[in-house]
Amino acid sequence: MASVSLRGIHKKFGPVSVLEKIDLDIEDGEFVVLVGPSGCGKSTLLRSIAGLETIDGGEIRIGDRLVNHAAPKDRDIAMVFQSYALYPHMDVRRNMAFSLNLRKSPAELIAERVSAASAKLGLGSLLERLPKQLSGGQRQRVAMGRAIVRNPKVFLFDEPLSNLDAKLRSTMRTEIKALHQSLKTTSIYVTHDQIEAMTMANRIVVMHDGIIQQVGPPLELYDRPANIFVAGFIGSPTMNFFDAVSQGKSARLGDGSALVLPTGAVVKEGREIVIGIRPEHLRFSGEGLPGRVVVVEPLGMSTQVTLDAAGERVTLMALERPSLAPGDAKSLTARPEDIHVFDRSTGLRLN
Amino acid sequence: MPGQSLFQRIAGQIGLYGAVACYVVFALLPIYWTIKISVTPQDLLYSEGIRLWPSRMTLANYASVLKASDFPRYFLNSIIVSVSTAFIVTVVASFAGYALSRFRFRGKALVSLVLLLTQTFPLVMVIPPIYRIMGQLGLTDNLYGLIIIYTAFNIAFATFLMQSFLDGVPKDLEEAAMIDGCTRLDALRRVILPLTLPGMGATVAFVFTAAWSELLFGLMLINSESQKTFSVGLLTFVGKFAVDWGQMMAASVLALIPVCLFFLFLQRYLVTGLTAGAVKG
Ligand SMILES: Nc1ncnc2c1ncn2[C@@H]1O[C@H](COP(=O)(O)OP(=O)(O)OP(=O)(O)O)[C@@H](O)[C@H]1O
Ligand SMILES: [Mg+2]
Repeated sequence: MASVSLRGIHKKFGPVSVLEKIDLDIEDGEFVVLVGPSGCGKSTLLRSIAGLETIDGGEIRIGDRLVNHAAPKDRDIAMVFQSYALYPHMDVRRNMAFSLNLRKSPAELIAERVSAASAKLGLGSLLERLPKQLSGGQRQRVAMGRAIVRNPKVFLFDEPLSNLDAKLRSTMRTEIKALHQSLKTTSIYVTHDQIEAMTMANRIVVMHDGIIQQVGPPLELYDRPANIFVAGFIGSPTMNFFDAVSQGKSARLGDGSALVLPTGAVVKEGREIVIGIRPEHLRFSGEGLPGRVVVVEPLGMSTQVTLDAAGERVTLMALERPSLAPGDAKSLTARPEDIHVFDRSTGLRLN
Repeated sequence: MPGQSLFQRIAGQIGLYGAVACYVVFALLPIYWTIKISVTPQDLLYSEGIRLWPSRMTLANYASVLKASDFPRYFLNSIIVSVSTAFIVTVVASFAGYALSRFRFRGKALVSLVLLLTQTFPLVMVIPPIYRIMGQLGLTDNLYGLIIIYTAFNIAFATFLMQSFLDGVPKDLEEAAMIDGCTRLDALRRVILPLTLPGMGATVAFVFTAAWSELLFGLMLINSESQKTFSVGLLTFVGKFAVDWGQMMAASVLALIPVCLFFLFLQRYLVTGLTAGAVKG
């Protein structure tokens, strides 16, 4: 086990800058999730840590050791690939034992580690099978097993669950989390599934265009997103945004209606801002932002209502079951402390 | 297939097998005829007319080819040349194909283009310069010269062949191996090589047959009996006034044997689908 520290990482593919000035400290035993839209450089960052890509600048440390120039095999890491990358000509046992065999570990140790790992992952009866004789979920487990037998300093995961169906994905998600709780190995996990990010991470790193947008525990990112991008990326359904201009203690929206700003917001009079409100924080009320119902979607536990208000498509999540029909006129409001205020030009949080 | 009557299905099957049978007959008839003539006694060759099988059989042609001619020597020469060529070409093409498949380097497109260009020259055009060059190097009239020329002429195609097979092996596998503790060369040997054996088998087979049946360069570069390959040797049965068909065909049948054995041996490597199950679905 070890900490991982990234200092000023740069990476270019030809003229295109894919990673810019990445600074990140990951503590020993931490489970860090990298999220961001497709193409933002998550895989590239992970592969740089693994040593599969060479970086153009900066320092990567695993433990206290500078590994910029170390070969992947000398970094003492294990990686689980999105494609699993099982060796097709080796059975499950040999797949799992491969790294230990290369290291010329004693046979008893190998047998012991493989059987411990396969017991942990429920692979006991599959050890003699070839990868092509396994289901997707089983292959995924073998890939995990291959990583654990190594007992490496760091686990790297690149979207390991994205090829599984929804049900299996949630089971495996729980298993990986349980595994981390028992092994306590430092883990870096790439995904673009925000449920995975929210549920598994000790800390989430949100990336966009090769730049880290925000780092923090899941709920902190959810409750206090540092900028519009993070606010829009974390949370499902996504946050509602309204362009507004500050006026005294409230914000005046495009249609002339006003919302009271939270007390902590430091906003100059007349400043152009963006108001963000999460769907579950919007409520129907007698007065406030006038809207018109477009779609009502009962989900059982809650009801998702889509409305047109202030020139925007707005989503509202109601826990009660409102009796609404498309076309109904409704007013919307939110408590001031539930309102996020961002600067319109920089996108940064103001409260 | 659903929605088809029994009659349509039967007619479809008959059509299918009929077409396959026609193809097989078309492909095998020359070989059959070769075998037939090789066992036809000399005196019946012209007297019986065209028959599917001679009324008497003889192995005399085989006996005289094996005992009274230089054919065993030609054979050995052909085997030396073909096996060496196949081996050298496959090794070189595997490495070259790997580089083209996995690395990005300056001039990669140019290398591919030049390799492709070498395939577009008519052979006859390059024979005179090659003859001169080989002559000055002292490589005419010996097997080394043939091996070098065959290697040169087969390497481009074999490289493309190996490149396409290597492209089919996911890059992830190699990277996983490198993380698991392999150097690039280890990964190549322990993971990539076993998975490209079918491709290498196909390449070996292709180059071997090409070298085995090559005539033009053999004819140009070889003069002495002791260095002749089998394809060149076959021409010794063409005399000034007559062709000894029986012996020529017997020699041809004998020449088919190593090729058949070779393919039989390679068959298990030619089975594809070995990479199935490597990555996801
Ligand atoms: N080998 C490469 N050569 C050139 N550009 C590359 C290469 N690999 C990645 N890129 C580019 O770098 C950027 C980041 O890619 P990366 O694979 O890290 O994205 P990602 O965040 O993992 O996306 P996804 O969620 O789709 O996997 C992309 O714009 C991609 O086009
Ligand atoms: Mg990726």
